[in-house]
Amino acid sequence: MGYVAVTGGRTAIENANKLVHSYRLKDAERAIEVKEIESQMRLLVDRVMGEGGLYAPEYAALALKQTEGDVHEAAFLLRAYRSTLPRNHYSMITDPGEMRGIRRISSSFKDIPGGQVLGPTYDYTHRLLNFDLRNESGAVEQFLEDFALELDTEMDTPSFPKVMDLLREQGLVANRKIDEVEPFDITREKLAFPAPRSARLQLLSRGETGAMTALAYSSMRGYGAVHPTIGELRVGYSEVHIPYPFADEEEDSIYIGELKLTEVETVNSFTQNNQGDVEFMLGYGLTFGQNEVKAIAMAILERSLETQGQSPTQDEEFVLLHIDSVEAQGFVSHLKLPHYITFQSMLDRIRQAQKESKVETGSKG
Amino acid sequence: MSIQLEREYNYAFLDEGSKKEIRRSTLKAVAIPGYQVPFASREMPIGRGWGTGGLQLTLSLIGDEDSLKVIDQGHDDSVNAVSIKRLVESCSNVTTTDDSEHATVIQTRHRVPEIPLRDDQILVLQVPLPEPLRRTEAKEKVTKRLHAEMDYSSIWLRLYEDIVKWKKITIGADYPSMVHHRYIINPSPIPRYDVPKLHQAEGLYLFGAGREKKIYAIPPYTDVEPLEFLDYSFEVENFEHFTCHLCGCTDSFLDEIYDAKTGEKIYQCSDTGYCNTRQREREAL
Repeated sequence: MGYVAVTGGRTAIENANKLVHSYRLKDAERAIEVKEIESQMRLLVDRVMGEGGLYAPEYAALALKQTEGDVHEAAFLLRAYRSTLPRNHYSMITDPGEMRGIRRISSSFKDIPGGQVLGPTYDYTHRLLNFDLRNESGAVEQFLEDFALELDTEMDTPSFPKVMDLLREQGLVANRKIDEVEPFDITREKLAFPAPRSARLQLLSRGETGAMTALAYSSMRGYGAVHPTIGELRVGYSEVHIPYPFADEEEDSIYIGELKLTEVETVNSFTQNNQGDVEFMLGYGLTFGQNEVKAIAMAILERSLETQGQSPTQDEEFVLLHIDSVEAQGFVSHLKLPHYITFQSMLDRIRQAQKESKVETGSKG
Repeated sequence: MSIQLEREYNYAFLDEGSKKEIRRSTLKAVAIPGYQVPFASREMPIGRGWGTGGLQLTLSLIGDEDSLKVIDQGHDDSVNAVSIKRLVESCSNVTTTDDSEHATVIQTRHRVPEIPLRDDQILVLQVPLPEPLRRTEAKEKVTKRLHAEMDYSSIWLRLYEDIVKWKKITIGADYPSMVHHRYIINPSPIPRYDVPKLHQAEGLYLFGAGREKKIYAIPPYTDVEPLEFLDYSFEVENFEHFTCHLCGCTDSFLDEIYDAKTGEKIYQCSDTGYCNTRQREREAL
């Protein structure tokens, strides 16, 4: 019997699952612990949480283990898991200005109140493979012990005033009124265009790092208008509170934990000011975890979308609908699904059209 | 964290609030045939663009009493259909079936079953690109307005240009059709052969686009007309002179397949459930 359309689906899937399991472990000396991923693949975990839109370091680490480190797949697992959870609370406003900072820099000013704090960054490392890391056993315990002692004595948890407030006080930055409108919730409503700013920011905040970096880069390089200065980039921990359900006063709240966040505020040329005021324009980026390139890209794209023009990054549908990791990855890879029927339909059209064109050439000749 | 939940996932995967919201959007879609109702599509545990819209409709509709059939390319045992069935089975008590007459809900990709739907059945179609006007206009903001104003000139022009250039309308599957004289829809990438089945049908057709976050519907007894000109009429796929080599059917939609050894071209029914029933009937004779 000849070829039969992909069939025996159930067995095929079961076998594929077995193979995935086997490929994940077949060359392993021991299975990697979720905890190890969580503690040692910190930036990867942060990225997955950011793109998955779920702040859960342990689950992000589990997702990475399960997907053998595929970032798209891992973010996707978190998103899908989110779909099973009811929305119980909306938090109070979290102010990253009050965060417990671990890193904070400004490219606009040399001296800033509170000082520049380089913190944990690869920015000034030499990108040389460190072969010592191939075997860290023994030494690592010693190092950590020493380091912990050092940390304990000197560790303070500073919170810094915002650099942008300096400019704001001088009337150099648009000091817009605080918008008290209830934010749009992209997980509970379908986005309509033009999109409210709150929706734009949410979409950018969980956008795919690579896609956003590429688009922001295009805007800086020549396909757009935005080439900002970083007023401030900060990484740290912000407390999250939810309203106390039996509160007498509106401000009563319960502390439920803290989020590691990266926040970027950029300063942009005043010539981009739509209102015609001579004021710097602010660009804003915020992501889960430490993901600096994404936060900067977000600030660029967010600002770019506020400007008018023909470049791709000034088109909100183009930017917002194509930076989502789950959607882009899903639709591009759906081409792997069978398309026998649509292809048959196309075959029918080309055969009929060929027939027509042959009739035509025939009649001419 | 080591909290042990009684059941890891809710019945039919989504939380109850989400399912209710999807049903509400579905009701609106039924009330306005062909209108694309926006909804806050959830991320599902299968690929985005692999049937998540259909899956959300199915999960929001089914209960213990239901019997679910899932097909892909008309095929019950196609990998993606199996994957979706397994997911529904794993998070609900719904039974699945290959028999389209026994099913209460049928989820499908790219085909409408050969046996017409009854009035107690729902066909859920997976939709990759719900917007028929996307062929001529990239922006959602614009297409939304064109629908509101019933301004369909661009799609008619597209068909006209096809004829000028190729002497044929070149759209294969997903043929744009007018629903009850008001909204043009993409019927999802079903072949043109299947489009007439949507017209004045007994059953309910629901269309779910997960990635694009739209639900639309063709309720029973709705007029559905594929776009055509008086002098260039709508044409379905041509299977004249071909028969299914398994069941001998001469009027079903056929898959064109090539024998792995001889390279010979043969045809067989794309609707495997239908074909199997016919084969059994033939043997019984």
